[in-house]
Amino acid sequence: MARLEIASLSKLYGDFQAVREVSLDIADGEFLVLLGPSGCGKTTTLRMIAGFVTPSGGAIRIGDTDVTDLPPWKRNTGLVFQSYALFPHLTVAQNVAFGLEMRKVGRDDIAPRVAEALRMVRLGHLGERLPRQLSGGQQQRVALARALAIRPDVLLLDEPLSNLDAKLREEVRVEIRELQRQLGLTTVMVTHDQEEALTVADRLVVMSEGEVRQIGTQRDLDERPADRFVAGFVGRSTFLEGRAEGQGAFVTAGGLRLRCAVGSAAGPAVMALRPERVALGTAPLGLDNDLPGTVEFVSYLGAVLDLRVRLSDTDRVTVQMANRQDGMAPAVGARVHVGWSADAGRIFTQDAGAAA
Amino acid sequence: MGFAVDTRRLGRWALNAVACIAMAYLLVPLVSVTWLAFWSQEIPTFPPEGYTFAWFGAALAQPKFVGGFLTSLQVGIAATALGVALGVPAALALARRGFPGRGALNQFLLMPLVVPGVVLGTAIYVFQVEAEIATEWPILGSVPGLIAGHALIVIPWVVRLIGASLAGFDRSIEEAALNLGAGPWTAFFRITLPSIRPGIVAGALFGFVTSFGNLEMSLFLIAPGMTTLPIAILQYLEWRLDPTIAAVSVMQIALIAAAMLVTDRYVKLARVV
Repeated sequence: MARLEIASLSKLYGDFQAVREVSLDIADGEFLVLLGPSGCGKTTTLRMIAGFVTPSGGAIRIGDTDVTDLPPWKRNTGLVFQSYALFPHLTVAQNVAFGLEMRKVGRDDIAPRVAEALRMVRLGHLGERLPRQLSGGQQQRVALARALAIRPDVLLLDEPLSNLDAKLREEVRVEIRELQRQLGLTTVMVTHDQEEALTVADRLVVMSEGEVRQIGTQRDLDERPADRFVAGFVGRSTFLEGRAEGQGAFVTAGGLRLRCAVGSAAGPAVMALRPERVALGTAPLGLDNDLPGTVEFVSYLGAVLDLRVRLSDTDRVTVQMANRQDGMAPAVGARVHVGWSADAGRIFTQDAGAAA
Repeated sequence: MGFAVDTRRLGRWALNAVACIAMAYLLVPLVSVTWLAFWSQEIPTFPPEGYTFAWFGAALAQPKFVGGFLTSLQVGIAATALGVALGVPAALALARRGFPGRGALNQFLLMPLVVPGVVLGTAIYVFQVEAEIATEWPILGSVPGLIAGHALIVIPWVVRLIGASLAGFDRSIEEAALNLGAGPWTAFFRITLPSIRPGIVAGALFGFVTSFGNLEMSLFLIAPGMTTLPIAILQYLEWRLDPTIAAVSVMQIALIAAAMLVTDRYVKLARVV
């Protein structure tokens, strides 16, 4: 277990900048998630930490060691692959023992450590099976045990759950998180699935086009997204295009005058609204922004309902409400009122930065 | 409706019939040569007059057949070993590395299977003559010379079948080995090589069978007095036509079938080929 420091890490493939000046400082025992759409550079960053991709610039330190120029087999990282990557011709126990053999652990010490690692993932009874005799979830747990057995300084998880079905994904996710806490493992996980990221991470790193857009806790990203990309990628947002007028005023493309937090500079801008922070009623709600509208579309999502409400010819907001038996559930075409407080709407000016 | 069902049934029936004809086409020579090997009369005329095991004894009593068999075996094994040693790196390079002319090289390595045996034999004969003149080493007519020639027809099989194994090989398995602390060589010998073993075994088997049965190239490359089994069979046939030849063929078929069955126990050939 160790601290992991990444300083101005970059990777160029010809003219393509896959990763640009990424700097991260991951505390001992922290669970950090790199989140972003495919092609954002998160996997390349992870592979640079593991040593499979040579950085074009920057440095990586694990504990007190600069590993930037070390080959993968001389870095003490435990990598769990999306495809499990188990050795098909070796049994489960032999798979887990492989890293220990490579570390010249004594024969007598290998067996108990293999057993311990398999017990941690609740597969102690399957040591003699071949990987192909196991289910996907079991295979991924073997891969995890194999990575844990070597007692890595840093645990690296490359989309470890994306090949599993939804129910299993949640199960293995919880298991990974619990083990990580118990063992106090410094962990970096890569995923494109925001729900997965939000449930396991201590901190999240949102990446896009090779760059870090924001680093923060779930709360930071939810309440204070750094830019329009983060607002749209983490959690959900509806965007109202328009102009910031300064002095806490915003005019939408459809001509609606809205109030927002004071402090945004005047100019073309977009207002991002979290659907769960927009209220809905049949009469005016008495909020800073209070507008009549027409329900255009209703999606039932189990415990919640999503309603798309048309405010003007060009402006629509999504409202999330609890799906209760006794509550009102407006039908398509119903006239409703929506409202939100001035600080619920976040203004992003065109040059990407958050203004309010 | 009834018409549609009939058409479908007819179609299936026709397909089965074609499959049976194809199977028969493949099996008839094997079955007839096996049958012939047991006929008692010396001149094979139908119907057989009786049955005997005598021809097998006659075949084994011929020093040319026994000697030819041993030479073919020796050359086949050595050529297969050489072909695998060269074919594995070639297959790896073709599957793993992007380099200019890769596609062309891939096709080129299959050439020995496509070029007519006589053409290939002539080419190698001329090359070995020139090489012998240039180096003054006794290449032509030597066993090593014959092995080198046969390795050429082993390589395409090895490269093709290992290539097929590598195509289904997930490279992150190798990366997992490196991540766990194995250096590149250890990862290759402990992880990659065992994973492509089915391809290597199948390639070696088919390569060996090709070498063992090769006639055209051997005809050019052997020295006077030296003989391989196919050449011994050809020479015998020039003078006589009796079931001894059939007996030799049956033994050859049995040997190759046994090799395939034994191999198949360890490596499922159907998964590779």
